Amino acid sequence: MTSQWETVIGLEIHAQLMTSSKLFSGSPASISQEANAQASAIDLGMPGTLPVLNQEAVMMAIKFGLATNAEICNHSTFSRKHYFYPDLPKGYQITQHEKPLLRHGTIDILLATGEKKTIHLPHAHLEEDAGKSRHEDIHGMTGIDFNRAGEPLLEIVTAPELYSAEEASACLKAIHTLVKYLNICDGYLHDGSFRCDANVSVRKKGDTDPMSRTEIKNLNSFRYLERAIEFESKRQINLLTTGKKVAQETRFFNVKKNRTERMRKKEKVHDYCYFPEPDLLPIEIDSRWVTTIKNSIAELPLERYRRFLADYKILPDEAKTYMHHRELGDYFEATLRETTMSPKNVSTWILGELSALLNKQQIPADQSPVSPDQLAGLLNRIIDGTLSRHLAKQILETMAITQKSADDIIAENELSQVTNESDIQAWITEVIETHPKEIAEYRAGKKKLLGFLIGQVMRRSHGRANPKIVAKLITTPES
Amino acid sequence: MHRKSIAELKSLLQTKAISAVELAKHFYQRIERLNPAINAYIFEARVTALEQAKMADKALASGKAPLLAGIPIAHKDNMCTKGIRTTCASKMLDNFIPPYNATIVEKLNQAGAIMLGKLNLDEFAMGSSDETSYYGPSHNPWDLSCVPGGSSGGSAAAIAAGLASTTTGTDTGGSVRQPAALCGVIGLKPTYGRVSRAGMIALASSLDHCGPLTRTAEDAAFILQAIAGFDPKDSTSVDHPVPDYLATLKRDIRGLRIGLPKEFFCKELDTRVGDLMMNAAKLLEKQGAILKEISLPNMHLSISAYHIIAPAEASSNLARFDGVRYGYRCKDPKNLDDLYSRTRAEGFGDEVKHRIMIGTYLLSAGYYDAYYVKAQRIRRLVSEDYQKAFKEVDLILNPTTPTPAFKLGAKGNDRVAMYLSDMFTVSTNLAGIPSISFPIGFIDGLPIGAQLSTNYFEEALLLNVTHQYQRLTDWHLQIPGGFE
Repeated sequence: MTSQWETVIGLEIHAQLMTSSKLFSGSPASISQEANAQASAIDLGMPGTLPVLNQEAVMMAIKFGLATNAEICNHSTFSRKHYFYPDLPKGYQITQHEKPLLRHGTIDILLATGEKKTIHLPHAHLEEDAGKSRHEDIHGMTGIDFNRAGEPLLEIVTAPELYSAEEASACLKAIHTLVKYLNICDGYLHDGSFRCDANVSVRKKGDTDPMSRTEIKNLNSFRYLERAIEFESKRQINLLTTGKKVAQETRFFNVKKNRTERMRKKEKVHDYCYFPEPDLLPIEIDSRWVTTIKNSIAELPLERYRRFLADYKILPDEAKTYMHHRELGDYFEATLRETTMSPKNVSTWILGELSALLNKQQIPADQSPVSPDQLAGLLNRIIDGTLSRHLAKQILETMAITQKSADDIIAENELSQVTNESDIQAWITEVIETHPKEIAEYRAGKKKLLGFLIGQVMRRSHGRANPKIVAKLITTPES
Repeated sequence: MHRKSIAELKSLLQTKAISAVELAKHFYQRIERLNPAINAYIFEARVTALEQAKMADKALASGKAPLLAGIPIAHKDNMCTKGIRTTCASKMLDNFIPPYNATIVEKLNQAGAIMLGKLNLDEFAMGSSDETSYYGPSHNPWDLSCVPGGSSGGSAAAIAAGLASTTTGTDTGGSVRQPAALCGVIGLKPTYGRVSRAGMIALASSLDHCGPLTRTAEDAAFILQAIAGFDPKDSTSVDHPVPDYLATLKRDIRGLRIGLPKEFFCKELDTRVGDLMMNAAKLLEKQGAILKEISLPNMHLSISAYHIIAPAEASSNLARFDGVRYGYRCKDPKNLDDLYSRTRAEGFGDEVKHRIMIGTYLLSAGYYDAYYVKAQRIRRLVSEDYQKAFKEVDLILNPTTPTPAFKLGAKGNDRVAMYLSDMFTVSTNLAGIPSISFPIGFIDGLPIGAQLSTNYFEEALLLNVTHQYQRLTDWHLQIPGGFE
């Protein structure tokens, strides 16, 4: 039934730019915890105040335009978008309506199949954020915090070219990763510095008529986006197959109930009375400035992905992880520089042991208690035979706690691997004496007990015995 | 003392013939006695003024006094003054005390001027008569039953009555020049962007200008010198060099070509006004200026274009007055809608509400192109008319108003009649070119003004020609009866 239908999704993303000050005032852009501590006269829309454009915000928007091969409009303009709401101090938002700064950009997304798909970004523009309502019963009223009023936003619009929840999520992730790579947005979904609305409609496959669509607002996680789209798609298909219509409306995703619901506030069709902002001049962009900005852009996400695959021969999923988590990728490369271990094996250590360690304490890679060259030091001791992998894993944990180097810990605890056969033989003898039953079974033919016996020797040696030599000595028909 | 020019006052202050404190007190005595009849001042700032005067006296004593040290001025009450009520003559801002100074207020403070108080205006500067003020109308010192003009009526009346040495006003459609003409004083509207709008409570952003009202061209030159210049807080201010306006004041005007637009001699023009204007023109011709008839063919469209752009932008600029953060708030609002509708219904006067409604309509989705966009195109035509004219002439001369001051209440419910009194001034707001009104005579005891306009950033030329006219006339020295 549902395979007759396809879902069509377009995304509208608001990325808060990481400028030092707000879009039209000198107030610090970093959010203060104290309500209204960062709301200047301009942010509050006090009488007689005028907006002054923040050049850094334009620079960041241009960076995004360059990274998405967009057309950078020279002479883009600002407009006023009018509506009344207490968190909108001037009674209008300054945005870009007629001539946005960026147009006709594209972004490539990676699907689970490894396939690449190009999504069009018809336009992206600058606009100021509104304040925040706090419906917390402040003296029996709603409080308004204007710290966020005037923050710079880059609104990014995708074409409705996403045909599944997975594609939508991949697209959101790609844009999310990109803005972080460009250092223009910190991408904190839960803080609201990267917000996503999804426009969802369904149609019969092959149909090209525009269908009624709903807007699902404020999806602040990749998972919620997917779940919301999946629910909404089913909901709309159900309506249409039972002869009903899909109302064009705004909805939100109820996380607890795992369903979309109509927004409580009745959305009236609003005439925003757009007109060009008379207090601001058109943005004139010097092409030399654009060149300087272009030169400041480092490696982009997909470039990193491709390079890691080609240079390091790691798996696509591993390369994806390094792409999406740039600090981890940086850590990986820094470690590679200091060790002779193969990239494939180093990657296993990083995505395995190191990540487990970091995740336990929720630390990002760039704040790891074990630095890349410390890790490299540890891995080198495995390569040269000083440590077994088993022992090295334990030492890694000690390194994280003590922040000492592998060599220091090895020296302090006399932990270097034992390769002397007579020493090892001594431990083997101990095991034989304490496990007569298993030895008898092994000798009788139960070969799979070998692993158990080697493990016992390893325990006796506190992990120091070279496992290969242990195996050799046990299997030699002598003991 | 109160009729002395800035230059004369400076000399007296420097030689200690009078102190800044004494000068301020002198004006305050006059204000106490004479302001009630004309209601020019709506607030006095005695405490801060006397502090400023003391500091000015110190600076004068040290020999390092700034340009306008000790000169008593007053500001139209839509210029924000830090710590001092700024109301726009509206109930909406009756309780508003800005925590910042407008840039021009700051500049004049830095120049040492003494701010005596705030002056009356039409509510939110919307009007041509000062009759819409929340604090009652101002009266024309020349005839108390007549309007002083608007919206800077208080600013013009104060000069005519000798209650300040100079005043500031704002001009969106003629609001500095028209009251100046009706009160027999000078009113200068500089080039758009010459003077910062930061801290001026906006009416129509692309049409608003701040300018001085004075008795003489030289006084206007002093004030313009202090306030002109680029301001980074105002993105529409222009980074154009500020010349020395005083240096060129007394230049010879021989050979200057003055255009007389034939469109201004229309049926609305009182013929007596037309006659006085021709007299003024002839006087300039005697001094060597060359008169030429010119045409500004799109002039008749200016009023309509203005009355689309101005209310549209005003409706937007006044959206911020909602009772949430500052200003008037209705009592016991039941919910958000109630807060908004009652605050704005109660806080704004009728003319303001009228213009907000019209402005919103003009910007609405179905009408934006037909009205606002079209009006901006007309604006372009009007500007081009001026540019073509300035290829043939250096200045343009026409009457400032079609008639002398009208009686309070005369224009009553006839809005269009009220709007037409701006017909000669609005076109320079649309084009942004500088223009000045100066007194050229009297009709039945009421002053009449002529308007000189010129091309962008040529204020020095306006002041120069006006000065040369004033050298040979004494209209600007007349004093209304009872205000000696």
